[in-house]
This record gives sequence, C-alpha cells and structure tokens, in this order.
Amino acid sequence: MGPNLGVLETLTAQDPATGKVGPGLASSWTISPDATSFTFHLYDGVTFSDGSPFTADIVKANFENIQKLGPTASNSGAYLAGLTSITAPDQRTVTVAFAKPNIQFLQATSAPALSILSTGSLAGTAADRCTGKIVGTGPFILSSYIPHQNIVLSKRPDYKLAPSTAQHTGAAYLDKIDIRIVSDVTTRTGSLLSGQLDATNAVAPQDEARFDGNGFSVISRTLPGVVLSLYVNEKKTILQDQNVRLAIQKAINRADIVSTLYSPHYKPATSVLSSTTPGYTDFSSQLTYDPITAKRLLDSAGWTVGPDGIRVRGGQKLALDVIFGQPQSLELVQQQLKQVGIQLNLRQLQISQIQPQLVAGNYDLFLGNSSRADPDVLRTLFKQFAIVGSDSPALTAALSKQAESLDPAARQQAVTDAQKIVVSNAHVVPITEFAQVVGQSSKVNGLSFAANSSVRFYDAWLS
Amino acid sequence: MTVLDAGPLARRLAQALFVLWGAFTGAFIALYLLPSDPVTLMLAQRADGPSAVIDPRQAAAIRVEYGFDQPVWRQYLTLLGRAVHGDFGTSVQTRESVSHLVTGALPQTVGLAGAALLIAVPLGVALPVLSACSRHRAVSRLVDSLPAVGVSIPSFWLGILLLQLLSFHWVVFPATGNTGIRSIVLPALTLSLPTAAVIAQVLGRSLRSSLGSAYVELAKAKGASRSWIVFRHALRNASLPAVTVAGLVGGNLLGGAVVIETVFARNGLGQITVNAVTNEDLPVLLGLVVLAAAIFVVTSLVIESVYPLLDPRIRRS
Repeated sequence: MGPNLGVLETLTAQDPATGKVGPGLASSWTISPDATSFTFHLYDGVTFSDGSPFTADIVKANFENIQKLGPTASNSGAYLAGLTSITAPDQRTVTVAFAKPNIQFLQATSAPALSILSTGSLAGTAADRCTGKIVGTGPFILSSYIPHQNIVLSKRPDYKLAPSTAQHTGAAYLDKIDIRIVSDVTTRTGSLLSGQLDATNAVAPQDEARFDGNGFSVISRTLPGVVLSLYVNEKKTILQDQNVRLAIQKAINRADIVSTLYSPHYKPATSVLSSTTPGYTDFSSQLTYDPITAKRLLDSAGWTVGPDGIRVRGGQKLALDVIFGQPQSLELVQQQLKQVGIQLNLRQLQISQIQPQLVAGNYDLFLGNSSRADPDVLRTLFKQFAIVGSDSPALTAALSKQAESLDPAARQQAVTDAQKIVVSNAHVVPITEFAQVVGQSSKVNGLSFAANSSVRFYDAWLS
Repeated sequence: MTVLDAGPLARRLAQALFVLWGAFTGAFIALYLLPSDPVTLMLAQRADGPSAVIDPRQAAAIRVEYGFDQPVWRQYLTLLGRAVHGDFGTSVQTRESVSHLVTGALPQTVGLAGAALLIAVPLGVALPVLSACSRHRAVSRLVDSLPAVGVSIPSFWLGILLLQLLSFHWVVFPATGNTGIRSIVLPALTLSLPTAAVIAQVLGRSLRSSLGSAYVELAKAKGASRSWIVFRHALRNASLPAVTVAGLVGGNLLGGAVVIETVFARNGLGQITVNAVTNEDLPVLLGLVVLAAAIFVVTSLVIESVYPLLDPRIRRS
C-alpha cells in the first residue's frame, strides 16, 4: 500500500486508534434518522494550495465528477453507489442523499478515494490527474511525479487547519519528502541500511531483524478489513456440509503459519475482520487449532481415512481446489489440512484468470482478502458480489441492519452478529492478518499510520 | 561522396515502413488474440491485488469504454488508423497517453544506453587491441579470456553485486534515482560490461584472422612496428563484423534496460515494459513493440550507411 501523500484532504478523518470518524474539512455533520441523508458543515477560511477557496460547490463538483467518471472510478464510485442528490444550499453546507440507508458513507468521506480536488484539477482530464496534476487543501504540495520512479512533496508553509487525527496544527515539519518507487526488496533494504533512504515500507519479514536496534526500528500496523481468508464456495456439495467447513477452520494452525512464514508484526486471524477494523469482535476461541475436533467432525460427516491418508466417502476423495494469485501461506495450509485427511490442490492463476473462475463458481476455495476501515466491507463481499455461496437469511439481515443503524451501539451489535455467523458457520475460513511494516532510521520521528494503515508524513520530523 | 542515391533510399524507407507495419500487426495478433484481461487486472490492483474480488459488471463497463468488446478486426483497424497518426491510445493501468508515457521515458533509457555504449565501445575495442599489441603470450591469453567471462555474467546478478559493494557497503554511488551523473554510473556499468564483451569477442576474432593475412606479412617484412600494423592495417579490416554487431547491440541494450531499470529503480522504457507486461496493458505493449521496431529499423539504416565509409569495395559497387 502506498503512503498517504497529504496533498489532498477529506471531509472527515478517521482515528486509527478508535475507528471513530472526526472532523476533517467538515467541522461537523448531521445524519438523518433513516441514514439516507448526510449534511456536512464545512470549515471556513480553508484554501487550496493554488489560493482558491474551499467551498460547498467544490465538494458538490467533486462528487459529481466521480459519478461522471462512471465505472473507471472503481473505488470512489462504490462509495457513492445509490446516490440520489447532492445539494449545496450555501457555501458552508453540503447535503448528500442516498436512495437507501447507507451509514458506511460517513467513513467513506474519510477515505482517500473521496478526497477533495480543486476546481482547476477537476477541469483537467482524468489522465492529467493520474499524471500528477492535482491540487488540494493538504499540508503538502505535489512538486513532481514521475510514474514508477518517484514523487516529490514539498511543505505548504501557509497550511493552517489540520485533521482531527493529527498531533499538531499548522505547517508540516518536513520541508520536502522524496518518495522513491523501488520494487526490488533487496534494493530497498540496502538503501535504508546504507543511509540513502530514511524509511521504507513493505519490509520483508526476513529483513525485519536487520532493522532491530543498530540505529533502525520497525513500526507496523495491521491492515483493516477482511483478513486473508479462504472464501468457501458453498454451491459445491462437499462444502455445503458445515462439518467439513468447520473441520478446515479447525485444522489450520494460524500461530504456526505466523511463526514459520511471517514475524510478530503479523497476527493470526481472530475473526473474519482484522483487529484494526472498526466493529471488530474477537472470536479467537472459535479459531483455535484443534485437529482432534476437525477429525471428529469429518468422521461424523461420513468421511473415513483412506489408504493414502486422504479421507473418502462413497468412493469420492476429500480433495478441494483452492484458486489464488499468490500462494501467501497456502503450502503450509496444505500440509496442515493433510494432517486431518483433507487434500488441498493448489491452483495458482493469473489475476485475470481468477475472476472468470469466481464468476463461474469453478473453485472450492479462493484465497482472498479485502481492505477497508469499515465493517461494511462484509456487506460488499457477501451481498454485492455474492461470490460466497452462503445465502443465510440471518447474515443478510445482520448486514442490512449494520448499513441502516445510525446508533453506534446498534451497528456494533449487527456487525458482531454478522462476524459470529460467518465464523461459527465457517462461511469464510480466516487465516492471518496482513500488516503494513515500515523500517525507519532512528533519525525519523513521528511517522504514523492512517486508519487504512497507509503511512502519514504530516507529524513526522528528522532529528 | 554519395553514400546512397535517391532510388535505394526510397526503397529502404518503404522497407522500413513495411517492417513497422509488420511489427504492429504481429504484436496485435499476439496481444489481442491471446487470453488477457487488462481491465480486471487494473481493477484488482486498485483493490487488494490477486486476493481481491472484482465486480464483473464494472469490468464489463470499462471494457466497453476501451473498445475491448468490439470485434477483433474492427479493433485492429481502429488502432492502426490511430497509430498512423501517432496515437496509441491510453494505458489501461494509469490512464496516461501511451505516446506521452513512452516519449517521457525514452530520453532516460537512451541516456542510459548511450552511457553504456560510451563505456562498452572503448572497452570492447581496447581489449582485443591490447591482446594483439602485446608481446607476451600470457598477457594475450588472459586478456582474450575476459570477454567470455563478461558474456556469461547475468546482468541482474552483476547489478546486485555492484549495488552491494559500491552503494550499500561503501556508499560511493546512489542505489536508486535518475538525478545527476553519479546515479547513472552503476546502471551504465552493469549494462555495458556484457555489451563490451560481445564487441571484444567479435573484434578479437576478426583481428586475429586479419593479422594472419598476407598483407600483414608484407607489412612485417617492410619493417612496420606491431602497433602500426594493428592500427593502420588490421583494425580497419577487422572492424566490419564488429560494426554489424554494434548495431544489434543497440537493440540488446534496450532489452538489458528492462533488467537494469528494475534493479536500480529507474524510470525508463525497461521499467515501463515490465509494468506493461505484468499488467497485460495491451495499448502500452503495442506502442512499445512499434517503438522497438522503429529503433531497430533506424539502427540498421545507420549501420548500413557506415559500411561504405569503412569498406571501399561497398563504396564502389
């Protein structure tokens, strides 16, 4: 995941520690009781780095532009799905209305995809913006951008406001940031160790020890959203049996996967949502490694151990196909499942080959995850895409309820219910949490993570 | 001195255009008929990569926008029509215009290849000449064995080795970036060594056969010095195959840039190619193939016009 450049800002800001949405460019907001209409009250006196004022009309123009972009605005368009009207009664007020209750929209207004661009940036083409012609209200200005090579940011000295998630207000501490795009992990590690870089993200687990003490340190944050999981195709006869699904769930030794392949910065999954996702509830008691119960469940489902150790029932082998783009930890999962008599066939595919297989339902398991710092990610996965064969009415009800609940406690309850249904019925088999791992030199201070776990530079300084 | 008159020149240009059209058509057939789905890839990479689930309706809508839903022959004619006007469409991955993307990266790669040639040609010529001029057989043997080593070293390995030594261990040169002369030293050196080795191998071989010819014996009999014979007589005759190879090497440098630019994180054609291939970015790949064909065509035209300067027999015929 790339860093948060701090060039553009959003209407709201999500606190990474609590998941709560606080003021950003909007100082406050009201939501209609049915969660269909959102009215934002904007801060006065905010300007873009080109000097133009930040107004309600510009917010309206930004959202309208996303609608105009249509399907190419893949992330932002999804956040605005079902939008019926945007009105700006005065220059400090914007009201966004949806056809259906849509409480996720509040968190969406803190997501980078719904950042507010200046009128000048909106006037250009999408291609212009993609090549770096963007002007925002943030603490940094994009000085230069060479695709695949580097991004240079410079401080905006007259920056006044700061989002509610920041540690200070006013101008940023760093005058200039040079972000290099280095795809080779050896080059990244070597460049940091030799002092050519001050910090690097995506540190490989095996390199973490090299940044321990000796003038370096490692900071990390778990990615929010659906953890790395096996999505189960419940349209397949074998997997319609809950005992088989639960056996897979219990046969996986998550702690072993983390200690063998990852580092302490990565965590075993304790729910279908990761621990940094708002609304997360700990279901670790249901995700413990329990091969004895797994074997018992398979026995009671009529699967008996065959001569080669793989279970059989009525002449059919208990063999499952998993499709994926990158194996992550699948080789180890394969060995663990074999211990209880399940054969896992690894079918590695290109990204473009995976999706047609998913649509056709031509798989047993799919290794997936989905990042977002809002529990609505579950609704997207289970209702919108409907790739998971489960059509549990209780799950659908819980997911609809969380989308409609204005009251945080009621929403939390619905989200907990949804996680409980998914985990206890093994509609999804959670494996591990992903993490953003950053290595930094001891000169670097105040580097922090946003709610979506991207790196933020605003509070950072060099000693 | 007229190198080429108008008739052959027009013929050569027509041939060049035919080669470009052939490259375009061949690349189109290969890229558009093989199974690929740049749109799904783009959507997946904006989400969670290979572990994301993509909305098929959204992918279908974008495919319409890029015209990927049209019959193949119509896509071909549309693209060819645009390409004639220098428009290769936009990248599916970044939405940047392909011509803009390629022309923006071209100077970086040409600079890198140029710097590599500046090292490779003198080095590739110096080694065989040194060997030929040397009176000690041991020195000649040692020098003659170097090109084989140079050809065998994989450039990604050499690049990482140079980085470890001269950038990470002793911080002499920067590991990444495109700014300043110092940043080009390591990548250019890495790229030049295999090229220098190829030139040295070809030149060394033809120099040895030239030195065995009758006119060299005659020059020796007249009392000419060893270096006079090498520089005045043998080198010029021996250089024809080396010049031919140097033309091919120009193309190989572009290929080598793919590896070098990835290792040293430099923006350039190589880096763009790697990204376009991994993302199945068809418009960008098509543009790159046509550019590569254009570079080969121009290089061979230049090489052909250099021959007459070296060889009077070609000049007279």
